[in-house]
Parts: sequence; structure tokens; C-alpha cells
Amino acid sequence: MNTRFFSDTRVMTGRSLRHITRSMDTIITVAITPIAMMLMFVYVLGGAIQAGTDNYVSYVLPGILLIAIASGISYTAYRLFIDLQSGIFERFHSMPIARSSVLWGHVLTSLVSNAISVVVIVLVALLMGFRSSAGVVPWLAVAAILGLFTLALTWIAVLAGLSATSTDGAGAFSYPLIFLPFISSAFVPTATMPGPVRVFAENQPVTAIVNTIRALFERQPVGGEIWIALAWCVGILLIAYALAMRAYRHKIG
Amino acid sequence: MEEKNLAIQVHGLQKSFGKLQVLKGVDFDVARGSIFALLGSNGAGKTTIVRILTTLLKPDDGTASVDGFDVLSQPARVRESISLTGQFAAVDEILTGRENLIMIAELRHVKTAGKMADDLLERFGLADASGRRVSAYSGGMRRRLDIAMSLIGNPRIIFLDEPTNGLDPQGRIEVWQVIQNLADGGTTVFLTTQYLDEAEKLADRIAILHEGTIVVSGTLEELRKLLPPAKVEYVERQPTLEEIFLAIVGSDKKDQR
Repeated sequence: MNTRFFSDTRVMTGRSLRHITRSMDTIITVAITPIAMMLMFVYVLGGAIQAGTDNYVSYVLPGILLIAIASGISYTAYRLFIDLQSGIFERFHSMPIARSSVLWGHVLTSLVSNAISVVVIVLVALLMGFRSSAGVVPWLAVAAILGLFTLALTWIAVLAGLSATSTDGAGAFSYPLIFLPFISSAFVPTATMPGPVRVFAENQPVTAIVNTIRALFERQPVGGEIWIALAWCVGILLIAYALAMRAYRHKIG
Repeated sequence: MEEKNLAIQVHGLQKSFGKLQVLKGVDFDVARGSIFALLGSNGAGKTTIVRILTTLLKPDDGTASVDGFDVLSQPARVRESISLTGQFAAVDEILTGRENLIMIAELRHVKTAGKMADDLLERFGLADASGRRVSAYSGGMRRRLDIAMSLIGNPRIIFLDEPTNGLDPQGRIEVWQVIQNLADGGTTVFLTTQYLDEAEKLADRIAILHEGTIVVSGTLEELRKLLPPAKVEYVERQPTLEEIFLAIVGSDKKDQR
């Protein structure tokens, strides 16, 4: 079973990766909107925002990356939905393969395509003046947190793709996820927000993740926030995975 | 017939979707190496039977075994023995024809996936289009690729759900040829169709599914005997439109474009 799972997942991932390399536009669009936002925040709004930092690009970058990932994963839901609509899913399911490899192929592809988007955005941020004195270990920690965040959100996308009834519906779930960074510490300090908004902002996953990444970039102590960030990612991942697998089993009878 | 000579056995199969009872107790057997055609109008439940036999759907009641394995208790064994060509071409549009074949070959753990793909492309008249994306294929080419993908791993039983649906006359004849070759090679073919001439041309045995049960089944000869014997009449035979069409456009195997 296990050897079959790994070899089948490799084939499925290869298939799915070909899909994204043959439609590079999907990766470009995923990267372009967050880049436009970053330009707007830095060059339009940035001058008026009192974030208590002299490098606002570095300040907004973590939040921009999370927005990119939140919009990037909607393609996973879309591709999965298209697969379900076409006959290829039934062919796979009538074959002697590890059935969960059908989903894992899409999930691993999401990790790769989002990683590409993230790298592109970081390069643009460098051009805009983003600087970090962080060494290899903090960078690896940032990559790991972003990877975990992508994985957790991708399983939400899998759930959405399996439950959607239309292509529009398959993508719509990501809008709230894209919006979440705006009500967090991603663009402005939470201290200026009114009571209830501030409580929400300070206790939702994005703030913990943004603060952790920011601290890692600035070589500041991450404190307990990294554990809160990891707990959110792992918690969302486990719940989304369980729900997605349940929806999958229901789907394939 | 002895059980070991049966590729498929179905007894008392029932399936409902909500209040709609699609299958009301379906019984039939399919002999190994034969072509079995399940005939029925749209919505008769043909696809439901195919989906149950290929482990994609669980029956409410009754038993079904494929290649000697029960579809409910041994679905993994059933999947080792079968291949499904569904109603809608189950091909990957973004990949090329060759990549589609290699993908399936790798999933079936065929050692020489590349060579097998090239052989199949040649055999199905797709060699020239092997490097093109399937989205650029014609309906007939897509169907041929679809069936070629189903042959990988030498499944003992092949399910074809309305394989000629939506094909032009040439495409139909090509697919018929493929099906006949499969059966000649010893593969059991389970075919659904709503075209009477298709069943007549290909099938060793025909079963007619109507309102949830098999109303008649047998060889074409046996079915003919159900009606009064044929009278001999003199009829001036006009060419059929199909014959005219094929005479004009030619019935070459390859799609020329």
C-alpha cells in the first residue's frame, strides 16, 4: 500500500505540475495582485501610515506573502473541481491505485506553485528596498512556516473543490482568506484599532504568523508567538485534512 | 455455464437514487472472452450498472462479481482486473496523447511505459498526433486514445460505456474495429449502447435493460426468434446514407486534417 501510495503520488504530482507549467499565467496572476498591493501600500498609503518602522516594505512583506498564498490555493480547488467534472477522476478511481494519491498530487503541486509565487514576490520586494539580515536558519524557519500555512490552506481548498457545485463556487471560498490579513497586524499595528476589531485582529492566525515572520526577518526574538503561529497552522491543517478526507470518501462512495 | 467461465455475474442488483428506483433487480452473466452489449434508452440505468461493476458505486441490494471477485468485499481485486472507458472521454486535455498513455502505464506499474505508449499510438493511428495536446484532438481521436489508455496493463475485462456516443460514422467504425480486435484477443468486453446496429454488429450476447430490469437477453439469433419469422420479400436496396457518406469522404483510418 505504502510503496504504491508514493509511486502513484509521484505520477499524480507530475501530471498536475505539467498542468501548471503549461498555464504559467495562473502563477503570474497569483503573484501579480499581491505585488500590485505591495506597490500600493508602500508608495501610495505607506507615507501616511504610522507603523513605527523606517522600512515599510519589510513591514508589509509577510502579510503580502500570506495574501498571495491565500489566493494561490484557490487554483487547487478549481483544478480539483475540473478533474471531478471530467471523466478522468472515474478512470483513476476504477484503477488499482492508492486513491488518496489523486488528492496528494494536487496538494504537492500547490506547494510548488505557491513557493514559486512567494519567491517572485520576495524578489520584487528586494527591488523595492526590502532588506533582511537574517541568516540561513531564520530563512528556513520562514520557509517552513509559509509551507505549513500553504499546506493547511490547500487542504481547505481541497475540501472546497470536492464540495463545490460550480467552478465559481470552487474559487469563492478563498475570498475571506484573502481578506483576513487586512484585519491583522499585516499592514498597520493593531494598537490603533477599536476594541472588538483589535481583539479579533490580535487573536486570529494571520497576526501571529505575520509577527513571527517579521521577527525572524529582523533577527528579533520570536518569543511565544511562533508557537501560536505553528499551533494555528497545524490546527487548521489537521481539521481541514480530516474534513477533506471525509468529503472525499463520501464522494467516491 | 460453469462459474469459472464467467467474467461477470450479476444477481438481483438494486439501486435507488433518492426515491427514484433505477435498478429493480438486475440479473445477467457475461461469458469470458465474449462481447456483451447492454442495450437501453437514455436514463435506463446502463451507466449505473457500469459504475457498480467498476466499483465506483455501491449497490443497495443484490450481488455482483467481476473476474470472480465481489465488487463490494473485494473492490481492489476487481480494479486489478478491469478497465473503464466512461461515457465522456476520460483523457487529460492538457497533456499530450503520449503523456496520457505514459501516465496510465506508470500508474499500472508497466516497466517500459514509453515503448508501450509508442506501440499503442501506432496501433490506434495516433502516432502523428502523439506530441500534440489532447485538447486539439478530434472526437474520434480522443475516443481512440481513451480506449488505448484502457488497454494498458492488459485488463481481462473492459467496460465501454457508450463508446461511440457523439462520434461521426468513420469514428464509429474505427471504434468497432478496436472492440472486435479486443475480443479476438480474448478480452471480455462489456459494452453499453443505445444504438441497435452497434449491438447487432458487435455483440455475442445482448441484454435489454428497460424500466429497471433486464427484459430480454440472448444472442442476436435468440432475440430474433422472439418475433415472428422473417418473410421473404423483394426490396430494391437503396444505398444507406452511411454508405453514401463513406463512399464520398472515404473511410480511411486516419483523421486527415
